[in-house]
Amino acid sequence: MSKTLVIDPKSCTGCRLCELVCSFKKTETYNPARARIRTIVMEDEIAFVPMTCWQCEEPVCQEVCPTGAIGRDEGTDAVIISVERCIGCKMCMMVCPFGNIQSNGAHEPVVKCDLCGGEPECVLFCPTNALQYLPADKFTLARKKRIAEKFRSILEEVEW
Amino acid sequence: MFGWMGTILRVNLSTGKITKEKLDEKMARDYIGARGLASRILYDELPPGTEPFDPANLLIFAAGPLTGTAATSASRYNVVTKSPLTGAIAASNSGGYLPAEIKYAGYDLIIVEGKSEEPVYLWVHNDRVEIRSAKAMWGKGVRETDALIREETDDEAKIISIGLAGEKLVRFAGVINDRERAAGRSGVGAVMGSKNLKAVAVRGTQGIKIKDGAAFREAVLRNMNKIKSGPVTGEGLPSYGTAILVNVINSHGILPTNNFQLGEFHGAEAISGETLARDLLVRNRGCLACPIGCGRVTEINWEGERERGEGPEYESIWALGAACGISDLELITKVNYLCNEYGMDPITLGTTVACAIELFAEGVLTVEETGVPLNFGDGQALLEMTRKTALREGFGDMLAEGSARLAEKYGRPELSMSSKKQEYPAYDPRGAQGIGLGYATSNRGGCHVRGYTIGAEIVAAAVDPLTSAGKAKLLIDVQDFTCVVDSVGMCLFTTFSLGPDDVLPLLNAATGAGYTDESLLQAGERIWNLERLFNLREGLSRQDDSLAPRLLQEALSTGPAKGHVVELERMLDEYYQLRGWDSEGRPSSEKLQALGLE
Repeated sequence: MSKTLVIDPKSCTGCRLCELVCSFKKTETYNPARARIRTIVMEDEIAFVPMTCWQCEEPVCQEVCPTGAIGRDEGTDAVIISVERCIGCKMCMMVCPFGNIQSNGAHEPVVKCDLCGGEPECVLFCPTNALQYLPADKFTLARKKRIAEKFRSILEEVEW
Repeated sequence: MFGWMGTILRVNLSTGKITKEKLDEKMARDYIGARGLASRILYDELPPGTEPFDPANLLIFAAGPLTGTAATSASRYNVVTKSPLTGAIAASNSGGYLPAEIKYAGYDLIIVEGKSEEPVYLWVHNDRVEIRSAKAMWGKGVRETDALIREETDDEAKIISIGLAGEKLVRFAGVINDRERAAGRSGVGAVMGSKNLKAVAVRGTQGIKIKDGAAFREAVLRNMNKIKSGPVTGEGLPSYGTAILVNVINSHGILPTNNFQLGEFHGAEAISGETLARDLLVRNRGCLACPIGCGRVTEINWEGERERGEGPEYESIWALGAACGISDLELITKVNYLCNEYGMDPITLGTTVACAIELFAEGVLTVEETGVPLNFGDGQALLEMTRKTALREGFGDMLAEGSARLAEKYGRPELSMSSKKQEYPAYDPRGAQGIGLGYATSNRGGCHVRGYTIGAEIVAAAVDPLTSAGKAKLLIDVQDFTCVVDSVGMCLFTTFSLGPDDVLPLLNAATGAGYTDESLLQAGERIWNLERLFNLREGLSRQDDSLAPRLLQEALSTGPAKGHVVELERMLDEYYQLRGWDSEGRPSSEKLQALGLE
């Protein structure tokens, strides 16, 4: 089973290491403006939500791409853009319902997360596990177990 | 250049002239960046004897070569100027997101000189730099200023600003960035206010180049593992923030209480990191690139309203709490929020109020002067004085001068708990001798982050805190290494788990400058000596390397440190000798030559 990049905003401290290491891996410079992941900072609530491509099962970006430049990586199932075929029309950017395809100007007309070929750099560096890369069943099972434990402790408090 | 961006931005507010200068490579190597590099520039360019509020004073916002990279907690910059509180050099340190943005915009340092006729802010968008009117923001608090300026510039811009305290030239006004992070101490915000500079907005989209990317990445990962497995950086700070120290320091009998009259506070548990985590904590916050995340996002119920903000940190909890005998954590948090909003240093605020309370108890101050009775433990009075101080209203106008000027004015200078007119932080040095020497010799006046010997004396318990033996050497090592950490742009808190051996590979991989173990620490020593030279040139001398008489003459009366005073003179002689300074604290010509400072 392929893995999913799982985001847990509750654990995110807003350190933006994900942006830094992403930009470095992809551009060889530290430059969050060119990162494929972005931590949204909610000023008043002081909350943080990392946002990156969710690798949709039926990606609308792929559907609209006029040159067939968007496909799926066989190893990771990531939705990827072929630099050779991309003409930079940015239609994919316009239709992505989540805003997770971005344009970085002339050098990178459109970019998105490609899961780093199966070893996402952001996950490796995330200090609080707000980002994890897991088989989907492992993620759901871990959550089931956590909730089951709460469930159990509540039930055991009550005399039947 | 690698690591460094290679450009200094200089803005003259008197003439409106904006220039970009090439960063000198040798100077960058010798002084590293941030605190070191900015201090060198201040030393070279500021005419001796310049008044801090004179337009000729410089205000330098300085990032380091690692700032903005993934290097461990490398979020920091320094705000360097001549302090209106101390008359000495000020280098005030802050993290958050803004410091890195200066680098992404293409600069290592922003030097502001002169004074604008009207309130202005600076808008730095990559190579485009403008001076804009700040009339719409003048008189506004930090959060509103931040929002208004982002509306006028770019929502992605990161903002440095002053609040009302900076506008009103409160001598301990800070400079706030990213709404909640403070370059808090020594009155750097008052200098900004004196220049009619309300804010600096920065947006950058340029990358920082790294000389050896693979080695750099390895070093970052290695350090991250050390940070995560270190007891302080991996467990204590993430769980409880810096406030974990309240109970620790109190148990050593050195939590200064009621203006340093006592070393133990009965209300410690109520204002502890544990209580904060239980009652007020919403989540942890990390500055850029920080795996520790000591920042506390907190929420209080204040007069029926839910309020959310950041902090308080340990030193603020202490200054607004134990120092004033106050054990109401929600009120302390509210006052801390206000300090962020007004742009005011909570350490000097709390300790100045504590001094006023003692003057009041002594009958030197009366309600006629203060407006309200001042008593230890009275939170409402502190709240009232916070607002009045920021606005310089009534007695607040006197508090806004800091405790040294306050106590001096009322003829009781010994009741100011300060060195070089800057108030002490949250460790009674009678029970930690090294930090006493640290307060006395700190180049920016009473301060814990110039030479945090508490790490060795208390936190790691590596040396006996009560003995003065060996403390001069310990302090010198800590002071010099701190200069390095502050100058590369990393956070001092990493030093609970990282040493020079961990910083060196980061700095070399980033810059390619080829530092060695020796040359790196020598750069730290050079920076320390340069700051010293600045202060000597401004007329400071051995007699300023002193402590409040209470700490030298009145022994602590209870707890583990009972019976102790600070053995300063003995330590100071040894310190000067080990530093290679003469008996008046002047660096010898051999020392200056060895450091390239002659």
